[in-house]
Amino acid sequence: MSGNLALDAEIARLTDLFQQAGGQLVDLPVLQPAETLLDLYGEDIRARAYVTHDPLAGEMMLRPDFTVPVVQMHMQGGPSPARYAYAGKVFRIQELDSDRPPEYDQVGFELFDGADPAAADAEVFALFSAAMAHMNLRAVIGDIGILLAAVRGLSTPDFRKGALLRHVWRPRRFRALVDRYSGRAAKPAGRAELLKAFSEGRDVLAKAGPLIGLRSQDEIEARLKVLVADAAEPPLSAAETDLLDQIVTLRESAPMALERLRDIAVDMPAIAPAVAKVEARLDAMAQRGVDVEALEFEGGYGRTSMEYYDGFVFGLSSMARPDLPPVATGGRYDALTRALGGGAAIPAVGGVVRPSLALQLAEAGQ
Amino acid sequence: MTVKLGVPSKGRLMEKTFDWFGSRGVTLSKAGSEREYSGVVEGVGGVELVLLSAGEIPRELHRGRIHLGVTGTDLVREKLAHWDQSVKELAPLGFGHADLIIAVPRAWVDVETLDDLDAVASNFRRLHGHRMRIATKYHRMVREFLREHGVADYLLVDSQGATEGTVKNLTAEAIADITSTGETLRANHLKIIGGEPVHRSQATLFKSRNAHWADGERDAYRAMMRMLDLDG
Repeated sequence: MSGNLALDAEIARLTDLFQQAGGQLVDLPVLQPAETLLDLYGEDIRARAYVTHDPLAGEMMLRPDFTVPVVQMHMQGGPSPARYAYAGKVFRIQELDSDRPPEYDQVGFELFDGADPAAADAEVFALFSAAMAHMNLRAVIGDIGILLAAVRGLSTPDFRKGALLRHVWRPRRFRALVDRYSGRAAKPAGRAELLKAFSEGRDVLAKAGPLIGLRSQDEIEARLKVLVADAAEPPLSAAETDLLDQIVTLRESAPMALERLRDIAVDMPAIAPAVAKVEARLDAMAQRGVDVEALEFEGGYGRTSMEYYDGFVFGLSSMARPDLPPVATGGRYDALTRALGGGAAIPAVGGVVRPSLALQLAEAGQ
Repeated sequence: MTVKLGVPSKGRLMEKTFDWFGSRGVTLSKAGSEREYSGVVEGVGGVELVLLSAGEIPRELHRGRIHLGVTGTDLVREKLAHWDQSVKELAPLGFGHADLIIAVPRAWVDVETLDDLDAVASNFRRLHGHRMRIATKYHRMVREFLREHGVADYLLVDSQGATEGTVKNLTAEAIADITSTGETLRANHLKIIGGEPVHRSQATLFKSRNAHWADGERDAYRAMMRMLDLDG
């Protein structure tokens, strides 16, 4: 078959599979309001998504993925259980790697249901795994929920936890914050003197210059109070930061990883509920016939992708071509449904296949 | 055919460029009247002077419509994705120095580093319901720099001039702009944050990697490089 016919057939095959799994086929607009995406991802999305302008609707983006529009569409109708299938192009600027195509097809499946998250995770993984079973792909799983639970369980004040949680999806920045809270980073010059003067009740703003802009004196003073509190805090213990390191660098077969996580949970009981979820998920996967022994678990998996995955994550990649992006990826994004749900939320998990990549690998015999 | 050398068409940048080439035996001058944008090259054969706006020189180099060009490293990095694949730096010219910096109100006594800026951006978004705005015309460089340093929750707003006034006018909370002396910042009650600037710029002679070179052009280019005492 010629390229396009083969691609059309692969898209049809996957769409059909996802419909058979109960997915209601949906057609979503290519043009998305830029504001929603900017709100979710910040300015970084501009380096990844094509921006265009509509004279009435304002700034628009060519959809860089399907999950956000699917969630938006679904949450408009309320947080009821549902299953969706879709196929179409996504558009991404490839400034850092111009060999990658700026537009390509994705075929996806999304499952909104809070009844049994472990079973839902297992079902979605098994669906994608079966869809690509004819290819010899390496399956990697992870769970961002472990790291989130570990941060929430640190013996450090909420303002520090909040800062760390905000940067879970920016590993370098996360590292820098951990170093700072561990007392391993230098403080800005003059900071100690400033905080001392402020603590003594002296007016540290008076001689700094007129207050211009929207940020008020109250805001500046509130942050100074946090900085004073932070300076008085003991550093994060080496034991705790070591456990964080163990979590993000964990790479084992899934059953071994579960053992390691249970060990870590002995020293860090806060992650025990998240580890129990990993266990329940692996059990549910085994029940569905997934060979869990063959799965690799990576503690840091999914941290550098788009930042809506907050639990289970998975990827199916070529073993022969580790330089290529995964053929299929997916994960759980419970928090995204709340962010786009206007107060309502529903647990959700899903994934996408890149059919062109699957064909490229199949043709190369990989 | 001739080697096309793009040079800023007016102001101190043009004069300094003329001086730099002149002191090396390559005399550049405007042809005819002061207002005419064509030039004359003396001292080396086969080179044609093209007078252009400094901001257009990166694009012309990228498209290969000029072989050589003088402009600021800031403009090359801002206007060209993968700039080092399009152009090669032949020589910094030692003038037109300017740093691209990030500045906030001096009254923000709690902000000295990018770490502080990120923390403030997070608080600001929670309290004001929108992200902290940074006014700039250097979108690419600032976005890459802030991403590299893990600053989130900001929004770049475009400002093509009088950027230092945007904070007082409540259209931005911070700015990212080129500064050569810092005088304008002080007058507008702003201070520079972070250790190193986003970028240190100066006027630089660039060679296009995309221009077509005929045999005669290569010879003229080599002759000029010898006069300028450059490797090429």
